Amino acid sequence: MTELSFQPVSLGADVEERSRPSLSYWQDAWMRLRANKRAFASLIVIVLMLMFAFAGPWLWRIDPSSQDLDQTSKPPWATRSAIIAQSYEPWEGVKAENPVGDHLAPRSLDVVGDATTTSVRLTWDAVPSAEGYRIYRNVLRPLAGEPLGLPIGRTNSRVAVSFEDRLDLKPTRYWYSVVALDQRGEEFSETTSVAVAVTLTTTAEIALEQGWIDDASSLSPGDKFQLPWHPLGTDYLGRDMLARLMKGAQVSLFIGLVAPFLFVIAGVIYGSVSGFFGGNVDHILMRFADFVIALPFLLFMILFKLLFGIGPGESGVLPMMVALVLLSWPGAARLVRGEILQIREEGYVEASRLLGTKTPRLIFRHMIPNTMGVVLVTFTFAVPSTIFTEAFLSFIGMGVVAPTPSWGAMCFDGIKTMETTPHELIFPALFISVTVLAFNLLGDGLRDALDTRMRYAE
Amino acid sequence: MIRYVLWRLVQGIITVWFIATVTFFVMHNLPGDPLLDEKAVSEEIRASLEVKLGLDKHIVHQYFIYMGNMLRGDFGISFQYQNRSVNDIIRIHFPVSAILGILAIVIAGFGGVLWGALTALYRNRWPDIVIILLVILGISVPSFVFATVGQLALVTINKIAGVQVLPVAGWGTIWHMLIPALVLGLGTMAFLVRLMRTSMLEIVSSDFVRTARAKGVPMAQIFSRHQLRNAVLPVITVLGPSIAGITTGGFVVENVFGIPGLGRYFVLAVQQNDYGVIMGTTVFYGAFLVLMVILVDILYAVIDPRVRLE
Repeated sequence: MTELSFQPVSLGADVEERSRPSLSYWQDAWMRLRANKRAFASLIVIVLMLMFAFAGPWLWRIDPSSQDLDQTSKPPWATRSAIIAQSYEPWEGVKAENPVGDHLAPRSLDVVGDATTTSVRLTWDAVPSAEGYRIYRNVLRPLAGEPLGLPIGRTNSRVAVSFEDRLDLKPTRYWYSVVALDQRGEEFSETTSVAVAVTLTTTAEIALEQGWIDDASSLSPGDKFQLPWHPLGTDYLGRDMLARLMKGAQVSLFIGLVAPFLFVIAGVIYGSVSGFFGGNVDHILMRFADFVIALPFLLFMILFKLLFGIGPGESGVLPMMVALVLLSWPGAARLVRGEILQIREEGYVEASRLLGTKTPRLIFRHMIPNTMGVVLVTFTFAVPSTIFTEAFLSFIGMGVVAPTPSWGAMCFDGIKTMETTPHELIFPALFISVTVLAFNLLGDGLRDALDTRMRYAE
Repeated sequence: MIRYVLWRLVQGIITVWFIATVTFFVMHNLPGDPLLDEKAVSEEIRASLEVKLGLDKHIVHQYFIYMGNMLRGDFGISFQYQNRSVNDIIRIHFPVSAILGILAIVIAGFGGVLWGALTALYRNRWPDIVIILLVILGISVPSFVFATVGQLALVTINKIAGVQVLPVAGWGTIWHMLIPALVLGLGTMAFLVRLMRTSMLEIVSSDFVRTARAKGVPMAQIFSRHQLRNAVLPVITVLGPSIAGITTGGFVVENVFGIPGLGRYFVLAVQQNDYGVIMGTTVFYGAFLVLMVILVDILYAVIDPRVRLE
């Protein structure tokens, strides 16, 4: 047999024609992800959330830590008008005619003039059998059988049917209730309530100083003007919620994305070393990983935080990141090790080795890229759980510290005033939930798209 | 089997020892000083206090005293409340957390298995879709939001009914426990439903189920004996981590509902920098969690003999 016995195969016409374009693993995965509506929508939500966090502050240039103390705990739907104060004129009140009928509570309860932070003036119609009235004020809607709120005054005559409230009024909504009293001063069983939205009064000088108006000369006492706009309301210190949510998104997403990225990388390196060398090295490395997994995660997070300590002016983000990375890598390491062990025995690795491929190329060209699917899915699922951990730690006061906002820390603040101003809790909770949901759905989609076994099942 | 149990126990002891040691050295290196108070302490008083508290001894010596105390079950004293030992706090408040946690695990376990099995049986029909939507909600909403929403719901129900249907906060009767336990179990339940669904879907299309059906076994019996029994196995494996999740979840739920459990005191201690209590409860919690995981693993090995071979 000489060399002439062989003829090189000519590459050309008789090569099988491909009916479909050749797709790489990632192109194929991307197509499957595109086809999965839920996962793709989640991807868009995540991109929007990142834009909200990092591009948002360029569009909404309010300082998240500046306090608008005239508008504290304002829900987004609250009125934001203010009145230039008029000089205060005493009010002599209203005297009623002797009433007729048999009603036990006033049939009407009205506000006289503008309800402002200077004074709220109320009047009602007289109750026939009453010998006086008591007036209550509440920040919540008074419900049957429950206390009416703060008793702010009483009148001592049946016909004295007016009251002027000047007690520490805030620009918010109050519920006033009037109860008639009998001769001994006992309250009647029925009450009449009214909701009053109180407007802020200020002087033109202050308004100018605060930058609310451009020109003081155009305003005269009694004129209304608009206070600064807070699209999502303000928190208990009058800080803009939208700006704080953006800043909080930066902190929460930064921790939520960077910490998983770092510990997944650490896990890939640890796991591939362990899986590739096998034997005793593998055994020792994996025993250590088992040990780290067995540590109670949150207890150690708290210990780490204590150890690093948080000095004044620090945000507490760095110690949390370090603790997360140090404690969370074994999950990814175990997975990658399992994958590497499996891939080591695969036919294509064997084939590549027989063709004379060197070890480093074997690892970096054939083995690690083939674990990337699993790694990516792990990463996607690690993000929401890290965001949860951050929120949980901030919620119990062990995470990000004031004044740095994070979504969890904002929930922690908002929960205290949940009943009166629920928006302070609802918005950050909503952002956490939507982000976590999006990452979970994207993770599901990625798992379906990257799972090679499913390709043949269809 | 005995070898497996022994091996797990040795692992557990090493873990607890590590937790105790790390806790000791972390606490020792914290800024501040247990004798630093508003009141100025003279040198002599300080020296005598140090002798009394053993702070004059070398750190290694202190470490051995500490480990000896831990071994004898003495977890130390509170720095905030005089005459209150961590043992007292644990003895009084841990049972409360334990009852709440057990109730939550029971709710989560039964709920998770049943709902999960239902979703698999009604695959892609409306019960499946509704439950999966609820599960996604359960996984995506943080526990403290559930807790506050649960409490608000209670307030509203009580208002509408005009009487106190269920107490809003506090502790004492079974009625105090229901909603907090449900809230505490929700996250775990959502997780279990998902797991149960996957494992049930695998079982439904397996050979032995087909054989049983071909033999003419009634559907109810196939469901309870063949499907449910086999599908429950993976659920038991995650019970260990779930106990950890429910323990830490208790920190939040106990705070929101005003339940006097150990979790609440732990968070309080963390917020007040009560290092004595943090140290004692951390080691206690660590030992408790490690023990639980070992128990679950042994339980699993009893049920599924294949585990022991690994």
